[in-house]
Amino acid sequence: MSVDKNTVAKIANLARIAVSEDELEATAGELNNILDWVEQLSQVNTDGVEPMTSVVAAALPMREDKVTDGNYRDQILKNAPAVEQGFFAVPKVIE
Amino acid sequence: MSDLTKLTLSAARDGLHKGDFSAREITQAHLKAIDEAKILNSYIEVTSDQALEMADNADAMIKGNEAKPMTGIPIGIKDLYCTKGVHSQAASHILDGFKPEYESTVTSNLWNDGAVMLGKTNMDEFAMGSSNENSFYGPVKNPWRATNSDKDTVPGGSSGGSAAAVAADISIAATGTDTGGSIRQPASFCGLVGLKPTYGRCSRFGMIAFASSLDQAGPLTKTVRDAAIMLESMAGYDAKDSTSINIAVPNYEAALSGDVRGLKVGIPKEYRVDNMPPEIEKLWQQGIDWLKSAGAEIIDISLPHTKYALPTYYIVAPAECSSNLARYDGVKYGLRVAGDSLDNMYKNTRAQGFGDEVKRRILIGTYVLSAGYYDAYYLKAQRVRTLIAGDFKAAYEKCDVILTPTAPSAAFGLGEKVSDPLAMYLNDVFTVPASLSGLPGISVPAGLSSDGLPLGLQLIGQAFGEEQLLNAADVLETAAGFSDKPAKWWGA
Amino acid sequence: MSSLFQGATGDWEVVIGLEIHAQVISESKLFSGASTKFGAEPNTQVSFVCAAMPGMLPVINEECVRQAVRTGLAMGCQINLRSVFDRKNYFYADLPQGYQISQFKDPIVGEGMLTVELEDGSTKDIGIERLHLEQDAGKSMHDQHPNMTYVDLNRSGVALMEIVSKPDMRSAEEAGAYFRKIRSLVRYAGTCDGNMDQGSMRADVNVSVRRPGQELGIRTETKNVNSIRYMMMVIESETRRQVDVLEAGGTINQETRLFEVATGTTRTMRSKEEAHDYRYFPDPDLLPLEFTQELVDELAAQMPELADAKKARFIKDLHINAYNAGVLVAEKESADYFETLLSATVEKSGKAVSEVGTLVSNWVTGDLFGALKKLGLGINQSPVSIAHAAELITLQIDGTISGRIAKEVFENMLESGKSPETIVEEKGLRQVSDTGEIEAMIDQILAANADKVEEYRGGKDKLYGFFVGQVMKNTGGKANPQVVNKLLRQKLDG
Repeated sequence: MSVDKNTVAKIANLARIAVSEDELEATAGELNNILDWVEQLSQVNTDGVEPMTSVVAAALPMREDKVTDGNYRDQILKNAPAVEQGFFAVPKVIE
Repeated sequence: MSDLTKLTLSAARDGLHKGDFSAREITQAHLKAIDEAKILNSYIEVTSDQALEMADNADAMIKGNEAKPMTGIPIGIKDLYCTKGVHSQAASHILDGFKPEYESTVTSNLWNDGAVMLGKTNMDEFAMGSSNENSFYGPVKNPWRATNSDKDTVPGGSSGGSAAAVAADISIAATGTDTGGSIRQPASFCGLVGLKPTYGRCSRFGMIAFASSLDQAGPLTKTVRDAAIMLESMAGYDAKDSTSINIAVPNYEAALSGDVRGLKVGIPKEYRVDNMPPEIEKLWQQGIDWLKSAGAEIIDISLPHTKYALPTYYIVAPAECSSNLARYDGVKYGLRVAGDSLDNMYKNTRAQGFGDEVKRRILIGTYVLSAGYYDAYYLKAQRVRTLIAGDFKAAYEKCDVILTPTAPSAAFGLGEKVSDPLAMYLNDVFTVPASLSGLPGISVPAGLSSDGLPLGLQLIGQAFGEEQLLNAADVLETAAGFSDKPAKWWGA
Repeated sequence: MSSLFQGATGDWEVVIGLEIHAQVISESKLFSGASTKFGAEPNTQVSFVCAAMPGMLPVINEECVRQAVRTGLAMGCQINLRSVFDRKNYFYADLPQGYQISQFKDPIVGEGMLTVELEDGSTKDIGIERLHLEQDAGKSMHDQHPNMTYVDLNRSGVALMEIVSKPDMRSAEEAGAYFRKIRSLVRYAGTCDGNMDQGSMRADVNVSVRRPGQELGIRTETKNVNSIRYMMMVIESETRRQVDVLEAGGTINQETRLFEVATGTTRTMRSKEEAHDYRYFPDPDLLPLEFTQELVDELAAQMPELADAKKARFIKDLHINAYNAGVLVAEKESADYFETLLSATVEKSGKAVSEVGTLVSNWVTGDLFGALKKLGLGINQSPVSIAHAAELITLQIDGTISGRIAKEVFENMLESGKSPETIVEEKGLRQVSDTGEIEAMIDQILAANADKVEEYRGGKDKLYGFFVGQVMKNTGGKANPQVVNKLLRQKLDG
């Protein structure tokens, strides 16, 4: 399995990272180096082996259903690049 | 008064408690040293005013007989930790200007115990790197240089700023984070003790995530005793982290008995990797001999899937990072680069905001999770991870701790491996298996390379076996008797 | 009833599957302690976790887990004691984490089967594929600024249950019945308020068409439909559109569509080619969700009575007819109102529930519903209190007033807000049951209408009604009809 320019363009789009046309080739090369290397995992027999979901053997802790947080809009918006009337503001989305 | 920056954490604690000097004095001494060591680039942000204020509070605690071991100890905090109102940007451009309105649990614990923050230390962007050359704020220089050389070496990474700061005596100790070796490898490169605790021992709340199933907070210190003291303050159950484990934090320092008689030390044959430098091999044998002389029992063990640990790591960690870093989108905080649509704003922001290595890992992670490849890469890697963890489980039927080298080499030259990601990844070959298995690991400085650079040995413990691990590390440290310091080439 | 769609070239079968998103009733969000209350100022019910600030971590709300289990139990589904939270990765302005925490491979609730009743009285079994827990997104507002979209994260992280049906529905009517059934179940179970206009329930509607007996056709998914009526419009317009395309020799694109209220039709939102690749993987910030069968049993034991069981009980124990019982249980509030009124009436009148059930149910479904409909009010906004209603019905039961007078009193209650007893006293509406009084009146009427008495006795039976009418007229309708009947028969026929 190796990635070509089109695949790089596709994953860059999925990851929302602009990659210019002339960077695609080089990026594909870099990714292929890594992917070729990790390919060695296919040598491992993993028949009947469960994928790891957690390194710690513990149950998921649960919290009580109580309102314990929120109500500090200024702190939520403080670091935002653009704020309008208490909202985060982003370039207009046309659905 | 002797130079307060030369003190170990435990000596500083003793001096503070006895009133030999004040927290303000030791803090001032460090702030001055930081100022003189700017060339190392180990701090991204120095919080002088806050440090002095915290020092004064610490002095009040000491006066009021409320002192704890960390009270008045000036430390550096890796930029990955969120510290309220203070630069917390994971050394990334994308978090430009971000000052969190909250505090990480680990730093809260330290502040509650009276520790003093000197500033935020440099690191590889989002903790991705093994040389600290991936920082938006430029590389960190290792205080150590090869004998008779004026060439800069890397401090290791990703906690390179923290390691360099402690090695250069511009902080008594520092927090690091370790995902695949980011505490232990810099400790080895800088002649320090670096401890990655068991996954779940320290809270991840408020620590900027790289790979959630692997990230752990830990200390970088001058001695094993210092690591024990600092871990005790950092660790603890946190209801705000669902992967934090509710086990009481023991008195780690009290576990340092100096006695390892009967301790079973496993030596994994698979760690004798190809092209291992003879001096590393020699040091490892030396470590075996030291522990043996101290009364430990040496046992040959096998961790058969060791060679697959790195490729497994380089699937799992990028996969998690590709998702964890999706939140940096120019909407809620940090950098925004304009675009003619929401999507283009995202793309421009993330293209300019992330450095090359981070982007590379996001792309790899996106790919291995994408439709059609998930099973072959991600799921396969998680199965192999089960096998790797199983190797350790089987090994611990036979032994108590495992001794290995920390890194396959001493610190390398700045810029030497920056263009070869794969060569860089190989730095973590000995540290990654324990990370994938959630086990604690500690690097102890054990000797110098032929050209005078520090080398570390790693001890890997059992889950929540930090007491035993620290005790073994303490004995190893004593036997190694490593007392070298980098020749000071920086500053006044 | 045939559910086939007649096209120009023959019959088509429409195949419908629904993904219903139901907002869980809980105080705080699924993974954060921020409030779930509706209608707050923008970005106030937001924590650092909801805003996906760096280093923030999710911690699950136990009540949301219980609510999902309750819903699963109410739908008769398999409950999975171990489930896993996955991340569904995509970028959107109101998705602050860049992923939604959801459940993909291992949902908390598995398969089940629901039986729905259709209008013609027939029933239909509709399979449920699964129910999983997930986070809601925030809200984007596109119309507040000429070139900006505004984002409010108040809803971000609120717990949703996604209930996925099997593609078992064959008509808009069936889909409507299924949606109503789910809505009734979650409302009775107390797990979702079913408030469609606040977005507490909405559906993604999957529609495809095929020739009867053929393989499934290509489906489209219309997102975020927030009323049952709209959903039925979506199905109807999508069916027509797809049949038109296919009959014109075209093919259906697998795509996501949007419903436009203004036109009552759907339009393309994005095609399969632009479809997201969600890159699901287990959320490493959370461990697998595990609980015991004991917890499930405990929740099952505490489960409130659901509509079907309630209806059966009404019929069996209260002797209410099936129609009334169905009307009463259709909305939980109606059933609650009825039961409260019933017990108040039982207490007031001292009668057994089985004796007064029918009367109370008739009054609620007839007089009360009629009045509320006229006033445009909901059951919980009734201007007549339970106490007054019970009093009114009791006055009927104990013979103080007749049914006809009761209607008059009720009208008056709606206008004046006075208690029925007061109205009866003030207006002197008390029923006259005094035999002597009525007898004297009858004698008087018979004497005054001797000719008609003759005619009646001569065989003109119809005149009987005339005499009753005269008595009622003379008493202002207050004479006890039974007493009047008895005495009249005696006098005329005896």
